[in-house]
Amino acid sequence: MPRKYQIHAKNADPRFPPVGKYATVEFREDCAGSCRLCVKKRCVYGIFKDNFLHWSSVDTPEFLYTCKSCLRCVEECTKGIFSLAVNPEYRTLGDNYWTANIINSTWSQAHTGKVPVSGAGYRGPFAGEGFDSIWTDMSEIVRPTRDGIHGREYINTLVELSRRPASLKFKQDGSLAMAEQPILEIPVPFVFQEPDFGIFSIKQILAMAMAARHIDTLFFIPPESFSPALRDYAANLVPCLTRQNLKDHIELLLRCRMIELKDEPGIETLFEGLRAVRPEVFIAIGLPLDARAADRALELARTDVDTIHFYGTPDGREASSSRPRYLKDMIREIHLKLVEKRIRHKVNLLFSGGIALAEHVAKSLICGADAVGVDIPLLLALECRLCYRCTQGKSCPVKLGEIEPGWGSQRIVNLACAWHSQLLEIMGAFGIREARRMRGEVGRSMWFEELEKESFGPLFGSRKVAETG
Amino acid sequence: MRNSELGTRLNGGSEMKLPETKLTPSRFRNPIGKYVVRRNSRCTSCGLCAKLCPYGVHLRYENYTQPVRPLDYKCIGPACEANEFYCVRHCPQKALTVALNPVLEAFGDYRWTAEMILGHWYMAETGDLPYVDLEYSLGYSGGGFDKLRFKIHDPSAYLNLPDEEIDTSLCLNRRQDGRPVKKLSLPCYSGGMSFGSTALPVLVGRARAARRLNTLTCTGEGGYPEAFRPYHDHIITQVATGLFGVREETILLAPVVEFKYAQGAKPGLGGHLLGDKVTPEVAKIRETVVGSSLFSPFPFHSVYSVEDHKKHVDWIKEVNPQALVSVKVSTPTDVDMVAVGSYYAGANIIHFDGSYGGTGAAPDIAKKNIAMPIEYAIPKVHRFLINEGVRDEVCFMASGGIRNAMDAAKAIALGADGVVIGTADLVALECIRCGNCESGRGCARGIATTDSELGYLLTEEWVEQRLVNMYAAWRKQWCELLRQYGLKSMRELVGRSDLLVHLDYLDEEERKKYQPAPRKKMVL
Repeated sequence: MPRKYQIHAKNADPRFPPVGKYATVEFREDCAGSCRLCVKKRCVYGIFKDNFLHWSSVDTPEFLYTCKSCLRCVEECTKGIFSLAVNPEYRTLGDNYWTANIINSTWSQAHTGKVPVSGAGYRGPFAGEGFDSIWTDMSEIVRPTRDGIHGREYINTLVELSRRPASLKFKQDGSLAMAEQPILEIPVPFVFQEPDFGIFSIKQILAMAMAARHIDTLFFIPPESFSPALRDYAANLVPCLTRQNLKDHIELLLRCRMIELKDEPGIETLFEGLRAVRPEVFIAIGLPLDARAADRALELARTDVDTIHFYGTPDGREASSSRPRYLKDMIREIHLKLVEKRIRHKVNLLFSGGIALAEHVAKSLICGADAVGVDIPLLLALECRLCYRCTQGKSCPVKLGEIEPGWGSQRIVNLACAWHSQLLEIMGAFGIREARRMRGEVGRSMWFEELEKESFGPLFGSRKVAETG
Repeated sequence: MRNSELGTRLNGGSEMKLPETKLTPSRFRNPIGKYVVRRNSRCTSCGLCAKLCPYGVHLRYENYTQPVRPLDYKCIGPACEANEFYCVRHCPQKALTVALNPVLEAFGDYRWTAEMILGHWYMAETGDLPYVDLEYSLGYSGGGFDKLRFKIHDPSAYLNLPDEEIDTSLCLNRRQDGRPVKKLSLPCYSGGMSFGSTALPVLVGRARAARRLNTLTCTGEGGYPEAFRPYHDHIITQVATGLFGVREETILLAPVVEFKYAQGAKPGLGGHLLGDKVTPEVAKIRETVVGSSLFSPFPFHSVYSVEDHKKHVDWIKEVNPQALVSVKVSTPTDVDMVAVGSYYAGANIIHFDGSYGGTGAAPDIAKKNIAMPIEYAIPKVHRFLINEGVRDEVCFMASGGIRNAMDAAKAIALGADGVVIGTADLVALECIRCGNCESGRGCARGIATTDSELGYLLTEEWVEQRLVNMYAAWRKQWCELLRQYGLKSMRELVGRSDLLVHLDYLDEEERKKYQPAPRKKMVL
């Protein structure tokens, strides 16, 4: 049994007040602070403690990032002049995929390292598109069971991106007739990846690299981002190279455990040379997650590649398509194609783009991925507000380029800790104690279309509308 | 023949005696309404609006000439313009305005919308259905109950019976195993909430309401406070994995003993009471240490098979020969097998808790993702039990995301015998679903807390009456629904999925005949 893997979280306070969901509205101000029963003084959460005296000393409106919207202030104000509204800035946070809720929850996980917990039932839509149309299963009394997340049995989130030879060759005396195959294990089924935007300084890269080393996962970076400061972290770095710039970065090939090459026709001809230079290096091929991805994956699987890395869009969709499919469907297609051709066991599949929540990690694995790549959440952990101002050449409202790398690393470690804990929750309920066993385990998940057909089909016939929710 | 005699005959003598509803206003001085009525400084306190408004929005007392804040939660909004008595038009000073209350966007969510919460507050206050145009039966979730509708009824089938003669009772024991045939007056009982997670006056108030309504409430996994004893005939003792507060004595007191294997909001995860909430009283009842977090492991470590489960059931039946046994499980993909297993183990009641149900604290990832919504589980289990030939021997209860009377009726039409209610009870007590039940001092509104100050913001009497009122209003809805389909009792509705339609399964033309699913993009 492996040593119990744990990520240690430590509070890493935000540098800027996070954008909260609520704002106060006061219809008249003449009483502020003068009332013996002023609801601002009596707030259960004390959120007005610096802000009840004079109107002149209050920001208008007050944006309350710690307000829980219990609305007691609204209901108890002796004059009835107090009200809450949704903070207009909160509304503008993020976009349709990276919602304000996801951003806020990521901030708080990066702050505390804690699993988001709340009371009352689920608050969202019944079902949604993409990953939101999958429920994960749980083990009930009829199954051989396990011992709970607080229990004695160890739930292992480790996955392998090792080389996977189809067979082993032995000598007459039973000893191995080939070189021992190198093993690459990462203790969590997610790797880091440098985001396409929002990187202003080496400090951010350093924070990500430090975090990758701390939790012992990999960090995929373009070679331009490499600098001498990163030398100590080389074992956890994966440079993403091309056929053209490969020879300029021989140093990286020698230092890093894995390198990624951008796919192009005939790229496999390079493998032999690479292995000759450094036999133990793991080779990944990066390619867009588009309509040709499944066929190309099949071709590549037949070569000497170890891992195939697919890049979807930032909102978790198929790349370059007018009607893009969801990441979950793309993973299914590629995974099943390789299973069908009996070659799935030979390669590792890594998917990135749109992995926004811990549940996406688990659901990607269920669909057939070996691991997933995480990019934008790394920025969110550093307090990015996804305003995309930087993509237009404007300044960053949270000065991402000026972070202190140690602090940034802790924020990312905290996020990884929260995600790891959430994976344990889902796997615990699942009754599965090995992340590797989740791969392609769709039998332990429930899909919207199938549940509808199975439960409602006999009652109502067939669905007449396409959308899920 | 008098109507009541007819009712007595129809229901085999079990005519429903309705408990008395009583006006039980909000604890807070500014109850929230759908509309706001504002009175500006031009008001001269002439009192005309108070004379005009039949809803009592405007107050004016003799000998007091200052303008009083309007009770705007009673206002029917700008639609009132059509009425002769519209205050805004008549105000000689033009001092009044009526508008949608902007605070509505600051609470509520896709499942429990602000209007649904306000609707339940009104029911709990008055025992009647709201006259304000609140959508209290449908949420914005865009699936499940929010897309299910009862079919357009045939007006000639309408059964002209008064509410008293419509039977909404629920029989908990259908096994004929020599144990009591326990009959409740409502097709629902209250779900488990533990002492520790919820304030004592709330728990005792629920028990008192259960007694008056002839239904049940449940201890949850928190032991059996002394204050429960007078109501023990209406309190289920829950046996959960942590076995907190489970003793022979508390099993002997209970008419029904419930095994909790899993909870819908956190299936497969077990319970967790945070240290802050473990006060000396809680620790004493649970026989633990003050301030230390309490875990209920998952699963029962003595149960690894249906045979083990049967051993559990037998154990309870041996200890208390009069008790019925309920098995509460969540909704994995093989719900149907679990149901049959529980039946063969000897359970009287099989209780499925779907994944969108309430909780005092659960990881968000679990609430959203693990296990299936109850809407799917009910028809699946119902069909399977019929095919096994045992449907008539079990009482099948559904819970987890059943928010209102119509959800309950839909669940019953899908195949459940009855439903178990948790969150709606708390909403009746002015829970606003802010979701902060678990940390620090607990609920700011004094419901889910054991804090020495917050835990006593409400009284048992108030809780009892609010709940009686809400269920009285629900029963009105159920009776009207049954009458529309010519049904005399709730039992006749069980499994009548032919009376339901799902909007997504209708042709466009057909769909137009039904109320569309309310849609709104919410900021969560």
